[in-house]
Amino acid sequence: MTLARGGQPVLADVSVAIHPGEFIGVFGSNGAGKTTLLHAILGLLRPCAGEIKVLGAPPARGNPAAGYLPQHRTSVADLHLRGWDFVASALHGERWGLALTGRAGKREVERAIATVEAQALAARPLCQLSGGELQRLLLAQALLGKPKLLLLDEPLLSLDPHFQQATVALVKRVQQTERITVLFTAHELNPLLDAMDRVLYLGQGRAALGPVDEVITGEVLSRLYGTPIEVLRVNGRILVVAGHGLVEADAHRHDV
Amino acid sequence: MFEYDFMRTAFMAGGLVAIVAGSVGFFLVLRNLTFAGHALSHVGFAGAAGSVLIGTSPLWGLLAFTVVAAIAMGALGDRLRGRDVAVGIVLSLALGFGVLFLYLYSTHATQASAILFGNVLGVSLETVWALLGLTGVSLCALAAISRPLLFATLAPEVAEAKGVSLRLVSVLFLVIVAVAVAEAAQVVGVLLVFALMVGPAAASLRLTSHIGWGIGLAVVLALTETWLGIALAYTTDWPTTFCIVLLSCVVYFLCLMSPLPNPRAAQTRSAGQ
Repeated sequence: MTLARGGQPVLADVSVAIHPGEFIGVFGSNGAGKTTLLHAILGLLRPCAGEIKVLGAPPARGNPAAGYLPQHRTSVADLHLRGWDFVASALHGERWGLALTGRAGKREVERAIATVEAQALAARPLCQLSGGELQRLLLAQALLGKPKLLLLDEPLLSLDPHFQQATVALVKRVQQTERITVLFTAHELNPLLDAMDRVLYLGQGRAALGPVDEVITGEVLSRLYGTPIEVLRVNGRILVVAGHGLVEADAHRHDV
Repeated sequence: MFEYDFMRTAFMAGGLVAIVAGSVGFFLVLRNLTFAGHALSHVGFAGAAGSVLIGTSPLWGLLAFTVVAAIAMGALGDRLRGRDVAVGIVLSLALGFGVLFLYLYSTHATQASAILFGNVLGVSLETVWALLGLTGVSLCALAAISRPLLFATLAPEVAEAKGVSLRLVSVLFLVIVAVAVAEAAQVVGVLLVFALMVGPAAASLRLTSHIGWGIGLAVVLALTETWLGIALAYTTDWPTTFCIVLLSCVVYFLCLMSPLPNPRAAQTRSAGQ
């Protein structure tokens, strides 16, 4: 398939197959097409060539089988509104009618909140939660309706390392217990190393999918970045180095 | 005071308006759109003055102008963001036209003051019936869109992915706001709509973090402020609008001063980020 945004092709002739229940880390520099790919899977963007199949069907906007945690979010952090109501607002929120949850709805909201172990957070107002705690409620929101596929766009951004690890561990646990396919975009490889089943690396309109050891190599990344890249392994961590410095550190700088 | 017809109509009109203003105002505050309510009422002034000129009830002129302006605002959407100067100048023009219409109506000062600052004691029984109809319609409409409205307000990006049309929800909500503004202007006038629509809702959001209770509390506060205001005006002979606005302001600042229920706020916040 080929994906374009604003007339500019972002991914050209990319063909990948992700198996049900896999945890896929999606990487690439800014503009490499991570968000674009998620939007295409959600049915918000149509491929200009080729096709996408989501759980065997073409992507459809509002697909209940896909849970989504967007990267750019309208800030609710200053609202004096309890977490429970925030999570519940997403339950069947696409339907018209009175915003009442009902008994079955309440159970579903409780379940999603319990899955991310946020029972204590749900009782507190959003304006008293930290970024990491808010992130957990957002994840609960994405888990409403028991999706088969979880699309998480940069959930680690703006979290400190401690909360990054907690978030990854939480997603990993949910993926395993609920048997969900996870697409997790991130800038940094290392927090996800233990959790990922495979890596999807995007760059220069191309993509490489495979186990970490096969994709995160100087050869593959040099091709994806279009510039010589070296990959160093230090104490089980991976450093990706371009001619002028750390690629990941560099990618971060654009975002701040 | 209930032996007077005009007092009974005032309490009825005030009650109907307070219910709408409180509930619509709650979503207005939640969506951070309080300025939109303010802007709509300014546009409404031209409509009210225009209908005085052609000899109909100001309510209908107000309603026509606020609804058209609401649709325009909703359709323009994000393109209005950061255009404060342009919006402000259009609003001034609307007020200017209002002045012109009133001038053409051989300078009827009491009409102008009633539109600008409200005159709930002068509301006719006919207007009460109109308010009853408008209250019914806008509450039903608000109930019908409340689910996607909340979703689009709290998590717009997810809502869009789930198939909610943010533009449609926004336009529908602004039309409801337009009706509420036109109603509220009958009680407190176009210049002070803010006090009745935003005051009680903002106060209630300080007191509870529960959406359901919040809406209920906003309505109760709006009702109390309006009815007490009318009663206060009756006993003191001060303008009703002043009394209502005063109560709204006092309640809001009392709520602002009360500490938020959970004192651990500062701790958890610094620990998290």
